[in-house]
Amino acid sequence: MNRTGLPTKFSRSLLAATLAIMLGDGIVVRAIAVEPSVESFKIPLVSRVTHMGARTVRISAGAHADASATVGPSLQETLPNLSLRSPWPAPVNDQEHHLFTLIDVLEYRPKTGAGERISDYRWDVEGWYGGDFNRVWYKSEGQRDTAFKADYDVDFQLLYGRFIRKYYDFQIGPRVETQSFRGSNVTRGLAVIGIEGLVPYNYDFESALFIDQNGAVSARLSFTKDLLLTQRLILQTRIETNAAVQRVEEFTTGSGLNNLEFGVRLRYEIRREFAPYIGISLDKSFGETATLVRQEGGEPSQVRLVVGVRAWF
Amino acid sequence: MNPDMMSRRLLLKRVAVLGILAAVERFIPGCAAPNTFVDLGSQTPLKGEVIDLIIAEQLFRLDGRTGKAITINGTIPGPIIRLTEGQQATLRVTNRLKEITSIHWHGILLPSHVDGVPGVSFAGIEPGATFTYRFPVKQSGTYWFHSHSGGQEISGMYAPLIIHPLKPEPFRYERDYIVMLSDWSFESPEALFSNLKKQAGYYNFHKRAGGEFFTDIRRMGFWPAIQNYLMWDQMRMDPTDFADITAYTLTYLMNGLSPAANWTGLFHPGERVRLRFINGASMTIYDVRIPGLKMTVVQADGQNIQPVEVDEFRMGVAETYDVIVEPVEDRAYTIFAETIDRSGYARGALAPRAGMKGEMPERRPRPLRTMEDMGMPMQHMGMEEHGLAKSDGSEMKKHEYSGAMTMPGKPPSVQIPNVNPSDNKSQMEHMHHDSEMESMQGTHEMSGKHSGDARRSEIPGAEPVKHGPDDHGPGNQTVAEYSRNRSGEPGRGLEHSERRILLYTDLKSLAPYPDQREPEREIELHLTGHMNRFIWSFDGKKYSEDPEPIHFRYGERVRVTFVNDTMMEHPLHLHGMWMYLENGTGEYLPRKHTVIVKPAERLSVAISADAPGRWAFHCHLLFHMEAGMFRVVEVSPP
Repeated sequence: MNRTGLPTKFSRSLLAATLAIMLGDGIVVRAIAVEPSVESFKIPLVSRVTHMGARTVRISAGAHADASATVGPSLQETLPNLSLRSPWPAPVNDQEHHLFTLIDVLEYRPKTGAGERISDYRWDVEGWYGGDFNRVWYKSEGQRDTAFKADYDVDFQLLYGRFIRKYYDFQIGPRVETQSFRGSNVTRGLAVIGIEGLVPYNYDFESALFIDQNGAVSARLSFTKDLLLTQRLILQTRIETNAAVQRVEEFTTGSGLNNLEFGVRLRYEIRREFAPYIGISLDKSFGETATLVRQEGGEPSQVRLVVGVRAWF
Repeated sequence: MNPDMMSRRLLLKRVAVLGILAAVERFIPGCAAPNTFVDLGSQTPLKGEVIDLIIAEQLFRLDGRTGKAITINGTIPGPIIRLTEGQQATLRVTNRLKEITSIHWHGILLPSHVDGVPGVSFAGIEPGATFTYRFPVKQSGTYWFHSHSGGQEISGMYAPLIIHPLKPEPFRYERDYIVMLSDWSFESPEALFSNLKKQAGYYNFHKRAGGEFFTDIRRMGFWPAIQNYLMWDQMRMDPTDFADITAYTLTYLMNGLSPAANWTGLFHPGERVRLRFINGASMTIYDVRIPGLKMTVVQADGQNIQPVEVDEFRMGVAETYDVIVEPVEDRAYTIFAETIDRSGYARGALAPRAGMKGEMPERRPRPLRTMEDMGMPMQHMGMEEHGLAKSDGSEMKKHEYSGAMTMPGKPPSVQIPNVNPSDNKSQMEHMHHDSEMESMQGTHEMSGKHSGDARRSEIPGAEPVKHGPDDHGPGNQTVAEYSRNRSGEPGRGLEHSERRILLYTDLKSLAPYPDQREPEREIELHLTGHMNRFIWSFDGKKYSEDPEPIHFRYGERVRVTFVNDTMMEHPLHLHGMWMYLENGTGEYLPRKHTVIVKPAERLSVAISADAPGRWAFHCHLLFHMEAGMFRVVEVSPP
């Protein structure tokens, strides 16, 4: 196996460069400066005394100065009375947290053709817990015998996410990937920096940069788009691609572009939350990865029929 | 006040409080213990010096399904409270729930501590506790009251509040009915809110889909249609977003009855019938009409206005309109309240005899947002539309106005409401599309006919105003690059109608109100939000992110200018004080407790800060408020 010390160094500098680019954009500054424990609860009574007249007002001709100065003393007098009792409830619950799980792909890939191929499966799940801006994200992808990786491949990510730039969640956290390979398991830990969101033309976009414990750098990019045939019959197109800087033979990935997966899935939303689907998925490995897959006895180019269910709760 | 008011209180109007409930029998549960069910149709009026209200959880049966409701005195809507101007009101509210509750007297001028907003005016009413609201009644008209705690309102906690005037009213009628519109869902408020947070388009089953695309290709031409669809996709906006919660889960109620139950008000042909419309819905803006009858609007938000005859009017959540109709034929008339997104309707009837049903009016297609609703700059709009119009030539023009539906990218319905006639020419020069002139002329003529008699003055925001550099942060999706007053427009979905639609510029107070001061300062407040994440806010900040009050100095006259950066209508409600709608009617500015602000609109109200204390100010769409479109207004002590 060709694993030198070089990748570690390289990946560190790559990570630093990425961070620098994002800093320049002001992304990381905001992303890291936030408290992970989401929006703090405030009682309006207290804050009204502390932040007087912070509002910007446009003052028209002959206007008066901010009147808040005269308000202060009398308010402070009434405060003790009000705070004797249990604190007043918030007038609105705009900090409520929600728990969301989307099983975007959960599918069976039946055996095709006459070969000795066996039936496979695949899932792609993600979800979050939190408020509008700060969320804890979790993601899991798993698959068996695709054109990309010859055997079982399961990963799990736990990320902190911060809503930025109106459409994107900046995500950072760890990922664990495990593969069953020639009957034995290999597992690695990775660091994840990702951006997920909605790009113009309504494509759901997910990107992530991974750095594994040995410094090997890889990346994943996916786009999905829903096309409404009717209000409930929806055609989802999905493109996912993986790339790596180093060759990591253990995990059947070569350097360069690893694979490309293009799928169309036609689902029927019985309810918004539950939609069975059928579809076709074209999987193709490239370059070194294709060679590795072939060496493992895999098929670097596949066209698979898929049957599954999309659900969220 | 006005010497030519000629009227007297008629005895009859007290006789008929609620109409005959045509389908009562199907709602009386035969099997279940009746005391646990919401008692339909027994909304007995409450009056007098002391009124007791009991808040409790009950089962509500609607069209054969049963759900959990929270009721006031056991009915939905709750009991009609009838007060008299000048009396001292004492209202004792007992909470039999397991959670804190509250009652807010909507549109009523009263001391701040009895306004009934937990967290702003008091602590709320604890389980088992009784809270006594005591205040002098200083006004008259049609109002309502509702819970101001969480999702209790949509669970059934709302009811009419009618205040009889001391002076005779300047109009006559023989019958008096309350028509309270509302919305009901068998899903819990928590589930509704959670669904919207997870998928903002959850309840929208009128999105643009394949079939419509091909229709649009046929109508607009291939490329224009593609361009149009791509344009909306490019912006990541949904032009079909009119109602967050739709008929998919909501049943629209009229006086607590579903369309199938057909609430009926009785009349003798030739009688004048006063209908007190109250939009007590939580999430539904209604367009109200009675096919076959002209409606004379005599009051808006409980305040007398100069009568205006219309065929239809739009009701923002929490608005009230009193109209007088004169059915002369011996037949049933349908009272039809279609929702703004056209997904459903509340329905009832005016009939000479019980059990009669009016004809079902034709339904209209759901409207579409236009670039105008996005507040796109005029030049940009011109280009877009020019491109569209060019490629499919005159054919498009022909089809454009044929349906009630608006194609986005087609010329906006009205560029500038008729502000003052000398202005029109220069306004028109700003526009690039010739095809639009005809339609504009038409609109001008229409609104001019009805409002030209009054002395007009400049409407603040009549000229488009460019948005500042602030994009209100990540919690705000878009800004209206150009905002302007749209109070001369009937609203999206009602434009190009043959019917006479009530416009905000039609609202003129009967007599000038005493405070005619020009506002001394202006506060600009942007209505912001994020459609995809269901975030709603002011100036890009949810209430929790900006809980500091907006300060008014006691006695000052202040102009608050709302700039709607979102693509939805927001009915904004200020507690405790009137908002004088600056609609260009000079000294006849009408006063309202709730005003609809249209997408990309700049709407100004003048406020006389005459009520010291802390007041809630918010969007009255329940879940917009809960999501953070809420502020506290604080008026300094005198």
